[in-house]
Amino acid sequence: MSRRERSLLQALPLHAICIVVGLGIVVPVLFGVLGGFKDNGQLSTNPFGLPSPWVTENYTQILGSIGFWQPLGNSILIAVATTLLVVLASAMAGFVFARYAFRGRELLFTLFTIGLMFPFAVAILPLYLLLRGLHLLDNPFGLILPQVAFGLPVTITILRGFFRTIPADVEEAAQLDGCTPLGFFWYILLPMARPALATVSVLAIVASWNNFMLPLVVFNDTAWWTLPLGVTQFQGQYAADVARILAYVVLAMVPALALYAVAERQLVGGLTSGATKG
Amino acid sequence: MATPLTRPLSAPAPHPTTSPRQRARTRRRLTIVAFLLPALLLFVGLVLVPIGLALYTSLFKWNGFGGLPTNFVGLSNFVRLLDDEVFLGDLKRGLVLVLLSVLVQLPAALGLALLLNQQLRFRGLYRLIFFAPYVLSEVITGVLFTMVFSPTGGLVNQILDVFGVSGQAWLSDPDSALLTLFFVVSWKYFGFHMILLLAGRQDIPPELDEAGMMDGAGSWQIFRHITLPLLGPTIRISVFLSIIGAIQLFDMVWVLTGGGPIHSSETMAVTMFQYGFRRYEVGYASAVSVTMFLISLVFALAYQRFVLRRDMEGAVTNVGGMR
Repeated sequence: MSRRERSLLQALPLHAICIVVGLGIVVPVLFGVLGGFKDNGQLSTNPFGLPSPWVTENYTQILGSIGFWQPLGNSILIAVATTLLVVLASAMAGFVFARYAFRGRELLFTLFTIGLMFPFAVAILPLYLLLRGLHLLDNPFGLILPQVAFGLPVTITILRGFFRTIPADVEEAAQLDGCTPLGFFWYILLPMARPALATVSVLAIVASWNNFMLPLVVFNDTAWWTLPLGVTQFQGQYAADVARILAYVVLAMVPALALYAVAERQLVGGLTSGATKG
Repeated sequence: MATPLTRPLSAPAPHPTTSPRQRARTRRRLTIVAFLLPALLLFVGLVLVPIGLALYTSLFKWNGFGGLPTNFVGLSNFVRLLDDEVFLGDLKRGLVLVLLSVLVQLPAALGLALLLNQQLRFRGLYRLIFFAPYVLSEVITGVLFTMVFSPTGGLVNQILDVFGVSGQAWLSDPDSALLTLFFVVSWKYFGFHMILLLAGRQDIPPELDEAGMMDGAGSWQIFRHITLPLLGPTIRISVFLSIIGAIQLFDMVWVLTGGGPIHSSETMAVTMFQYGFRRYEVGYASAVSVTMFLISLVFALAYQRFVLRRDMEGAVTNVGGMR
């Protein structure tokens, strides 16, 4: 037996474990994808095999209906707005926290980091009452602004860490050239921080995209519903039509998986640094 | 003009008249305030004020309508909590979820992280697949798994049927609902813990392993005496996140079971939601919120004080997500 063969043999059990775990993840998703191409009769008589015949109506009907595109559009709009605002506000705060010394700075920063521990669930009820009082229910800002507020802690923490690594010489040089703090922030710091901005943006998009509890209470009007609400609504509406629900779920997965395919590195980088620093 | 961080905090004594230096200081202060203001306003207005509001309304009996609550009842909402079997059950179920996370999900994630740290073909692909469920929302995962665990025609029962095992009711059986819920939660989140642990493992310098091997340590000894202690900080953070996650678990439960059957999979967040948004017992629901908040806070402070404290120097080394 050659050395190569022996190392292959040793790796075999490791591959076996990985493949079993991998199947545990892929099979449920594949069940959804293929199930969407079946009708309900096929689903019960032929649960594992390929669809025969391939039924495309489930997918085409959903793709031709506003019940899919409207929540998708809302989700995109809200995720983009949330991300722009949270990154801008956090970058400004992170800049001050990283590069200015002033009394109470650590106290303020600690206040924000304590926010890392508060999930929506704790504040949802009073938040709802507050938004109702401000007439922000059924208004996209009723979702966007709280998402921004709850996204601040992790975004500020990561950006502050990054801004600290930019040498003070850069800022001094800019000052000598007559750059104002705002000019330095906008024209020098932010462009230099592009990788960190990409990281926190991906985190913010994913958080907004997956949020369910807040849109559930903020939006009564279906015209504003986001994709997670659309999915649960669709499930309720077609309770018996499993194949159709599977098709909707699969289509709803596509944008998230597409983002994952493009931005996996930023996501992993953001999560690991966010977790170890938070 | 702004002063960089290098300058000492204590500035020289102020001049009686407006000197250029003093004007510079005023401008500096203005810069600080202007840059902090948006974040501070949002955070105070939409995170801290709501939490304060919850504290306040938890002292009233209130249906949530008409201005502010008036029927002050003191701490009686909290006294009622201590007698509420559903709430006490929430605590117990939360504990079960935490224990299962720490004893089952975490070791599995650790094992896979160490496995993917080996020189293994396709390990990039494996990692990509294991971590993928993390980007799917809890709602989408939940809806998919209601189909997978459906008693009639669900994937799991169909598979069992092939092996001649009779199907289970899974999510609609009070005896198995919580475990099934845990399975789905782990399906989504184990990849996240694996990624954290893998990053922690890759931060351990390979020289240490080599030194261990030179001294004749076997692979178990290297794991026990080098890898595990050095992974300590990451493991403790992973445990921390599992616990905080279990306290606030909502979306997945809401979609999979709604907390049932007969509260067998209900969590604190679901109980709060039921009282607050379905039964309009806003005062009582606020008391649940406040309790969740206090449990998280006390736990987080204690954990940071007693468990994470000694990690603070070594763990926080890589800056700014530039891994």
